[in-house]
Formats: sequence, structure tokens, C-alpha cells
Amino acid sequence: MYTVSNRLRMGAIILMIVGLVGITYGFLSAPSSIEEAKAMVASHDEGHGEDHGKSDLHTTDGHSANTDKKEGHAMSSSDHDAHVYHQLSNKPWSALYVAAFFFFMIALGVLAFYAIQRAAQAGWSPLLFRVMEGITAYLVPGGIIIFVILVLSVLHMNHLFVWMDPEVVAHDALLQGKKGFLNPTFFLIRAAIFLGGWIAYREYSRKLSLAQDNADDNSNFKLNFRISAGFLVFYLISESMMSWDWIMSVDPHWFSTLFGWYIFASMFVSGITVIAMVTIYLKSKGLLSDVNDSHIHDLAKFMFGISVFWTYLWFSQFMLIWYANIPEEVTYYVTRIQDYNLPFFGMIVMNFLFPVLLLMNSDYKRLNWFVVMAGVVILAGHYMDIYNAIMPATVGDQWSIGIPEISAVLFFAGLFIFWVFRAIAAAPLQPKRNPFIEESKHFHY
Amino acid sequence: MASKVIQAFYNDDDVLMLAVKKVKAAKHHIEEVYCPFPVHGLDKAMGLEPTRIAITAFIYGCIGLSVATVMMNFIMIEDWPQDIGGKPSFSYLENMPAFVPIMFELTVFFAAHLMVITFYMRSRLWPFKKAENPDTRTTDDHFVMEIEVHDNEPELLNLLSNTGAVEINISEKDLH
Repeated sequence: MYTVSNRLRMGAIILMIVGLVGITYGFLSAPSSIEEAKAMVASHDEGHGEDHGKSDLHTTDGHSANTDKKEGHAMSSSDHDAHVYHQLSNKPWSALYVAAFFFFMIALGVLAFYAIQRAAQAGWSPLLFRVMEGITAYLVPGGIIIFVILVLSVLHMNHLFVWMDPEVVAHDALLQGKKGFLNPTFFLIRAAIFLGGWIAYREYSRKLSLAQDNADDNSNFKLNFRISAGFLVFYLISESMMSWDWIMSVDPHWFSTLFGWYIFASMFVSGITVIAMVTIYLKSKGLLSDVNDSHIHDLAKFMFGISVFWTYLWFSQFMLIWYANIPEEVTYYVTRIQDYNLPFFGMIVMNFLFPVLLLMNSDYKRLNWFVVMAGVVILAGHYMDIYNAIMPATVGDQWSIGIPEISAVLFFAGLFIFWVFRAIAAAPLQPKRNPFIEESKHFHY
Repeated sequence: MASKVIQAFYNDDDVLMLAVKKVKAAKHHIEEVYCPFPVHGLDKAMGLEPTRIAITAFIYGCIGLSVATVMMNFIMIEDWPQDIGGKPSFSYLENMPAFVPIMFELTVFFAAHLMVITFYMRSRLWPFKKAENPDTRTTDDHFVMEIEVHDNEPELLNLLSNTGAVEINISEKDLH
């Protein structure tokens, strides 16, 4: 049995408190009127000596939908001020949402990995099942927080999703066409179904996994295998639709048919990275003594492989749109390359170049500290991935990585650590009667 | 130069592994083991050096990447620039995304093919090569461990007969 050390618990609580203070500060410092937003942008521009006029060019959120109706002329000055005001008041919400989703997707990625191990009846991984089950425990608080943010969006507390604004839809033929799917009620119903399905599978599979420890036969194990295989079907459909709903719909005019896979790759690699990191942490405490370097090696191979897979999907999406150069599609990348140049290309360096070069060598994948270092870069890179997916649509060129963004990450990191390690401490670290446990103990490559 | 070798036959890979470990523990040099299929961990048990094929693979991949870059630069930018989809081919860097699939494929192509050829050459497997395995049964269901004899025949025979060998032969062999 593992007990959470006081230092870890205190660290997590301090992270949450610091994060909470920062998030509150972010909300309080957001402009409450158009005049205030104007003053903030003016002082910001003086400080950096930029010409703000270029932001007239970008056509991301709902207000561009409004201006499209005015035959595409440049926004009037007052429209522009209102636009900047909405972006700045979106900023703390976006920071919160990106961090909330990022940590939620880690748990969701682990859930997929876990279900695959179950469905494949993998022999190498049963020693890591309790670690995975611990991480997926975060689906409950993480999912509830995301759902609350979505409900608040529907209640117009923020403008993350412009299509939720009936005023915008009334002036937008495209959004009217999508109304059958993209409407607040159906959106929340879908979110509830996805979250309910994921959490239900997680809780049931965990229950069977624990019951198997004291069972006389393999019936729990077999049932777990069957529900995992079935769950993967549900997961692939629901995850794909979730990515349209929760991420792609912030740019309601733009769409990409491989977006679900793309987000899946991101959550899968982040999840596997966190499994490796938590396992290495527990091993450093002298626990999980049967987990050997070959297990870490396998996880690192997955980190390497899925990083390349992510890049493949990123590039497939990018190249087709770049090459075809159709205005309504290419605007997605134009905004990102113009306004988000460093985070956009920096993310590819972190998510592709770093893992490929660091984790290519077979021996390095067995060095625990090396895997942790590579993992930190991968996690930061995939945070940036979600950041780049949400921010251009919600805050436009008013982005920055300041107190609201960092605090939100700290808060959710604290909550994640607190909840995950509490769940890991709730059950013995090694499954006792898993039929593959011997194979897992003797696993070597 | 011909030399005397002792050949021990096994019909199970687990027995073979144990035999190899025993022979290594008695500090004899194993010349070669002939198997019908790759036996996991045999290289480590025999004390073979780790393969260097990964290093050659990396070099070949770099060559492939360079060839693709030079080739596409010549074809698409220098020799016959075209305007495709409103993207005139004036600079390799600006048109690079279009060439990434080719760069990737040629990297893989060069790495894979040259690696296979390198492996064949290093394993002395060229066309029309006469088979080296001492007994045709090693292509079916038998494993053969081959040890060179240096005036220690009785000692080796004694050692090998206790390792579960199904047959032990002594033969003359041309060394390469």
C-alpha cells in the first residue's frame, strides 16, 4: 500500500491555493467595460511600440461573423473596441478552460490506454494498472469542472463559444445551417453523455479490477476485457465528437475531418507520459519494485511513437489546408502563423523534434531521469497544443502567457496531483490475481 | 585453413539457451549457433556485441533526407519552377511543406533498403552464396551450437553431453 507523503499533499494544496489566487486575480483584472479595455490595450501598445491596426485583419470570432454581413469591410473603430473588450474579458476564461481541458485530457488519454491494455489482454502492463486507474480517477473532478465551465458558457457568463450567442447566429447563415447540431441544449446533452460514459466505464472497470484481487476465478478479468473492448468503440466516437464540440467549435466556421484523431493523439501521448512519470515517481519511493526498466522502456517507446503520430496528424491537417489554400479553411492557420508564431511553431519543436531526438536512442528510453525530462517537454508542448487550438478563436491577438494562464495550470496541476495520488493510495499498488501478473513481472524486451 | 569443430544439436530453444549459458560459464568460445528462427536473448547469452545497425540506419536516413532535398530543389525550384495553387516555386523553404512527404519517404526508403543490404553484406549473404550451415536440419527443427576444438575434445564432449544435446558431431570445417 502506498500512502501519500505529507510533502506531496502539501505541495499539491499549495499549488491549488496559489493557482486559485492567480485565477481570481485574472478574473478581477479583466476589463469590465469597453473603455477599460481600450485603456489596457493602449498602455500595452505603448509599452511594446506595436501598431495595433493590424488586428483589424483577423477574422476569428463571432464579431467577424457580424462584420462579414457588412460586405467584409474593415471594422469600424467602435466595433473594433468592442471586439478587443470581448477578447480581453474572454482571456481569464480561456486560460481556465485550456488548463482544465489539458489536465482532463491527460486522464482521458490514460483511460484509452488502459482500455486498450485491457482489450488487448496485454501481458506486460498489468503491473501498471493501479497507476493508470489512479490517474483516471481524475476524470470525475476534471469532468465536473469542464461541465460547469460549459454550462457557464451556455449561460453567457463568457464568450468562449460564439455560436452560443443567438445574436451572432441570427446574422450568420453558416451557423444557422449548423444549428441542428450546434445548439446549447444538444451541446450540453452530448457533454453529459460523453462524461457519463467515460466515468461509468472507469468506475466499473476499477471495481472489477479490485474485485479480481480477491476472486477465485477469472470472471472479473474476463468481464473487464469485454467491457473494455466495447468501451473503446464508444470512446472513439465520443472522443471525436467531444473534440468537435469542446475545441473545434470555438472556430465555428472552420472544420477539419481528422480533428478528432489529432486531439486523440495529443491526449494519448500526454496520458502515456504521465503514466511514465507517476510510475517513475513511485519507483523512486521504493514502491512498484517489480516494475523494471523494460516497462519504462515500453512507455518511452509509446511516448516516442505517439509523438511522431501526433506530428503526422498535425502535418496532414496543415499541409492539405496550406496547399489547397481555400480562404475559409486557411484562415485558421493564417491567424496562428501571424499572431501565434512562436507558440505555434514552438509547439512543433517541443512535440516532435525534442521527443524524436531525445527518445530515439534505445538506451535513453531506459534512463528514468531522461524519460522524465523528455516527458516535461512533451507535456508543456501539448499544453501549448491545446492553447493554440482555443486561444486564437477566443482572445485573438490579445494572447499572452501571464498570471491567469500560469495560475490556471498550477491550480489544475495541484488538483490533479492531489486527486490522482489519493486514488493511487486507495488500493494496493500491485494487482494480486490478474492472470497476466507473472508475465508482467518477468517482462523484458 | 581447416579446423576441427564440435557440433552439438538441440531440438528446443530453451534447452539451447541453457546449454549456451553453461558453455559460456565454462569459458569456452562459441563459434556460431545455427537456428531455424531467431531465439530471443541468444545474442546476449552468447556474449555478442550489440549491433551497430542502428548507427548505419541513422546515417542512411540522413543521406535519404539530403537526396530528397537536393532532388526536389533541383526539380521543383531550379529546373522547372511552376506556380501550383498560387504558390510560385521560388524558394525551397517556402514550398517546403509540399516536399515533406517526399523527404519523409526517401528518408525511410534509404534507411530501410540500405540497412537490409548492409545487414546481408555483414552477414555474408550475397547472391549465389553457398549455404554455411553445417546441417540442413537447422533450417527445420534443430539448433546447432558450434565450438572450435583446441586439443580439448574430451572435455568439450563431456560438457556438451550434459547439456541436453540430441546429437554431437565432430567435423572438419573451412574457416572463412
